[in-house]
Amino acid sequence: MTTVEESAPAPEPASAPEERPIGYGRLKRKEDPRFVRGKGHYVDDIQLPGMLHGAVLRSPLAHARIVSIDTSAAESHPKVKAVITGAALEGLGLAWMPTLSMDTQAVLATDKVRFQGQEVAFVVAEDHYAARDAVELIDVEYEPLDPVIDARHALDPGAPVIRDDQEGRTDNHIFDWEAGDREATDAVFARADVVVAQDMLYPRVHPAPLETCGCVADMDPVEGKLTLWETTQAPHAHRTLYAMVAGLPEHKIRVVSPDIGGGFGNKVGIYPGYVCAVVGSILTGKPVKWVEDRSENLMSTSFARDYHMHGEIAASRDGRILAVRVNVLADHGAFNGTAQPTKYPAGFFHIFTGSYDIEAAHCKVTGVYTNKAPGGVAYACSFRVTEAVYLVERMVDCLADELGEDPAELRMKNLLRPEQFPYHNKTGWEYDSGDYPATLRKALDVAGYAELRREQAERRARGELMGVGVSFFTETVGAGPRAHMDILGLGMADGCELRIHPTGKAVLRISVQSQGQGHETTFAQIVAEELGIPPEDIEVVHGDTDQTPFGLGTYGSRSTPVSGAAAAVVARKVRDKSRIIAGAMLEISPEDLEWEKGRWFVKGDPGNAKTIPEIALAAHGALELPEGVEGHLEATTVYNPPNLTYPYGAYICVVDVDPGTGVVKVRRFVAVDDCGTRINPTIIEGQVHGGLADGVGMALMEIIAFDEDGNCLSGSFMDYLLPTALEVPAWELDHTVTPSPHHPIGAKGIGESATVGSPPAVVNAVMDAIGVRHADMPLTPGRVWQAMHGGVGAPQ
Amino acid sequence: MQVPAAFEYRRASSVEDALALLETLGEEARVVAGGHSLLPMMKLRLARPEYLIDINDLSDLDYLRVEGGELRVGALTRHRSLLESELVGSHFPIFHDAERVIADPPVRNRGTIGGSLCQADPSEDLSAVCAALRATLVVRGRGGTRAIPMAAFYRGPYETAVGPAEMLVEIRLPLVPHSGSAYEKVERKAGDWAVAAAGAALSLHGGRIGQAGIALAALGAATVNSVRAEQALLGQEPTEQAFAAAGRAAAQDCDPVTDGRGSAEYKRHLADELTRRALRRAADRAAVAALAAGAAGEDG
Ligand SMILES: Cc1cc2nc3c(=O)[nH]c(=O)nc-3n(C[C@H](O)[C@H](O)[C@H](O)COP(=O)(O)OP(=O)(O)OC[C@H]3O[C@@H](n4cnc5c(N)ncnc54)[C@H](O)[C@@H]3O)c2cc1C
Repeated sequence: MTTVEESAPAPEPASAPEERPIGYGRLKRKEDPRFVRGKGHYVDDIQLPGMLHGAVLRSPLAHARIVSIDTSAAESHPKVKAVITGAALEGLGLAWMPTLSMDTQAVLATDKVRFQGQEVAFVVAEDHYAARDAVELIDVEYEPLDPVIDARHALDPGAPVIRDDQEGRTDNHIFDWEAGDREATDAVFARADVVVAQDMLYPRVHPAPLETCGCVADMDPVEGKLTLWETTQAPHAHRTLYAMVAGLPEHKIRVVSPDIGGGFGNKVGIYPGYVCAVVGSILTGKPVKWVEDRSENLMSTSFARDYHMHGEIAASRDGRILAVRVNVLADHGAFNGTAQPTKYPAGFFHIFTGSYDIEAAHCKVTGVYTNKAPGGVAYACSFRVTEAVYLVERMVDCLADELGEDPAELRMKNLLRPEQFPYHNKTGWEYDSGDYPATLRKALDVAGYAELRREQAERRARGELMGVGVSFFTETVGAGPRAHMDILGLGMADGCELRIHPTGKAVLRISVQSQGQGHETTFAQIVAEELGIPPEDIEVVHGDTDQTPFGLGTYGSRSTPVSGAAAAVVARKVRDKSRIIAGAMLEISPEDLEWEKGRWFVKGDPGNAKTIPEIALAAHGALELPEGVEGHLEATTVYNPPNLTYPYGAYICVVDVDPGTGVVKVRRFVAVDDCGTRINPTIIEGQVHGGLADGVGMALMEIIAFDEDGNCLSGSFMDYLLPTALEVPAWELDHTVTPSPHHPIGAKGIGESATVGSPPAVVNAVMDAIGVRHADMPLTPGRVWQAMHGGVGAPQ
Repeated sequence: MQVPAAFEYRRASSVEDALALLETLGEEARVVAGGHSLLPMMKLRLARPEYLIDINDLSDLDYLRVEGGELRVGALTRHRSLLESELVGSHFPIFHDAERVIADPPVRNRGTIGGSLCQADPSEDLSAVCAALRATLVVRGRGGTRAIPMAAFYRGPYETAVGPAEMLVEIRLPLVPHSGSAYEKVERKAGDWAVAAAGAALSLHGGRIGQAGIALAALGAATVNSVRAEQALLGQEPTEQAFAAAGRAAAQDCDPVTDGRGSAEYKRHLADELTRRALRRAADRAAVAALAAGAAGEDG
């Protein structure tokens, strides 16, 4: 059935909203009443007695030597309590900190500044206003150096060396990384009928969460315990890193991630401001709050993408795709701070073989330093899957253009077939399950593809520019098997604890951290499905390291694939135990009991049963338990995923382009997603809606741009454009369901599918409309017009 | 949170009071109307007035009325009032065209026409609208009032003819019979400042163009009006050919720069394209006005 998202969401198989499913189905989010009533509790809402406020002095230059820093005027400001510089941090061994990619990053600059917006000093004052005023009183003398802004010149001989803090370094090269088989790929290319090559840039964009980053650090000098409220997607990872880096004992650190106003990867890493706030609290003996402003967020925190890609695709004359190869130049900014599993410096980019049955593939990725903000986070991209999908889906359209074939038919001809799963691709992934042709067929039906092509031909005859773009994506998410995947040595498995209270209500403690994904609802539904108790009876606790088991947090669509699996497994453990207790209650062997959602009954005697609440009370009561069975009803688990999961989908975008101005109007967008088992369709649709809007934004308007001196030109929402309801159409969603065979509940994750899959659909549609093979994002009116007139577009 | 440098706040109780405050507090005092230009600049610390004189209580500056063959608009009239006024729309549809694409409802609820014109941002849409309509601006100081034509009011980016102890109090728009007006803007998203915009106003007399006003926004023109485009239209029949000539002239008159919104080449093209589009719609509207006047037996 087609779900056309007009006003009310059309019903999906599960129960209507008011029916309150016990388990999977549509259910309004448990967390929403507090959000819609303004009762959410964010980091900036925290007020502690005696709390002080921090502000950061940032570099105005992209590359310069620091000659001197004079803090005396700031220190004599009547409301200032402390001014911290890099020199002061050096004394504590904290002037530099490790990044998530085994590099180092300056907490406060000591020798040089390496990007505009870099942290140079930190002021602690009685209020936020005084802190900001005092920042301006700090006098820094800089000796400007030539910057490296364009990554394509980072490796030029004689290019300024950005990271001269590193012993013996003579260039800006970070890494070379390869996947696939170069020789085999070259051989296929050599004999292919058709080879198409295309350069493309996936520009630097920003996660731009509504809530910027910030923290409140409270070092209790008596207990020696640090409490740190942080905007973090990964509280446990942060705590361990603070312990390892700052030398604070781990049990004396509590990281709390309260309500988070969006993350998208922006809140994975540790920022200098957090470290400075901690130092500020230690120095003053008072809690210190630091919350960055919008410009600071856009200019200094983790960006995403910035991949210069040279793609090539080889095919037979009759349109069989044979091989793909790609060379990437990855701009990592001034410090290599990308968030990726250690073994994968280019993340999971090597899923660029996409959804197609090809013979060979090879990629080489070269990472370089530039004088720009560090990062390169997994911004709603499942570790660079976004770049990979964009590359292959644009290349397929370039091939279709070359062959004069319909892009949907070309894809259909080359998609993996259901019987090929589990499928081992040419770069080392094992795709778990899928029926790709069925999903594409559904998308084409929903869109009315043939009719769209007819309409397009008619409009073209009238001089109107209408375009239809198709993309088919496969993601690899849910990192990951701990044998292969870790971040700074911490394995990517997640813990979970479930406790049933005596009255049958429950508390589930999870290691991942919601930034808006609806964990409090989804995770309760997972347990509800397994135990047959209502989701509203299950409290989901997350985001507090003192309250929850260890795990690596939420990003890369890993919550449901990893932590969701843990929740199902732990609930099954509790169910197994409840069977034993029910057996004791009914004085019957547990083997003679049968499960029906919510109760164990005697085989052949359905009336003779014990419900979970009855069993829970007995487990906490005087009931005599069998040998070796402990009282109470609870369990813990750690889930180490055997493989990643592979959500996929088919997207179709319809655009109209104004021939006189280049303005693009997205008229329709059809998204058919397969995320395996669907826990809460309403939440899934919400995730897809957000991701699609995000994708339209990246395709049409988002870019973090720099001038040649390294000035960031996108430091506010006047310049960094985010799409609104006016830029996007009414989404038309549908789905297929191919459960993951290796996941306890068959769920694959949906958090990033739409962000990953939609940009190529939009770009393909615009190129189709204007009859141009390729133009880089963002397709602002000016760039579209320039592309139509053979230009390269405005320099960014 | 972005916070401004320290400042003192005064709330004016009348225009005279505001002018007196401006005089006594001196150069470091600034009037604040809707605050949608001034406050963002203060938060970025690009502007640091020592005193803010709030004129939002001066409701006698918030009006729209026809008087002496002109539409008179009080300086404190909000974008939203202009957008919602039938009086404005019936005489000057260009205002409704422009207001629909200026910022977003929260900005339009507070932002004022006086603030827009005094801000004199080269991308300000209402500057182009008022220039196309040949507005006269009434500026008041302690010594009296001056009436300044729009062309002399705008002195270049962020500079106007308003003196340090003066305020803009009224905008006067001449009512021209058999006229029509329209505004065309290209933006990267709803509420964005213009990549380029053009406003056109013309009147028809005996099937020919009597008066013509063409004004551009965000196109780096030294003056807001495109004088050459206006001259190209005078006495012509309102044909595609005439509009094309005006469009070409507008493209010559402007001096756009390449930036994140587009290349100079593209923007120059837009000056042409948008001028033509605005003229087509303005001419259609003028024709309808002329027809209606003819039906009512009025003389053009
Ligand atoms: C997000 C956003 C988007 C925007 N988009 C657009 C857009 O697309 N197009 C567009 O044209 N504008 C746009 N604007 C600007 C907006 O229209 C103007 O900021 C606003 O209307 C200016 O009026 P104000 O009353 O807010 O002026 P204020 O900010 O109060 O004042 C601006 C300046 O004018 C002075 N001033 C104000 N009134 C008087 C007076 N009566 N006499 C003398 N001096 C005075 C002030 O001292 C100050 O220097 C946008 C603004 C924002 C915040």
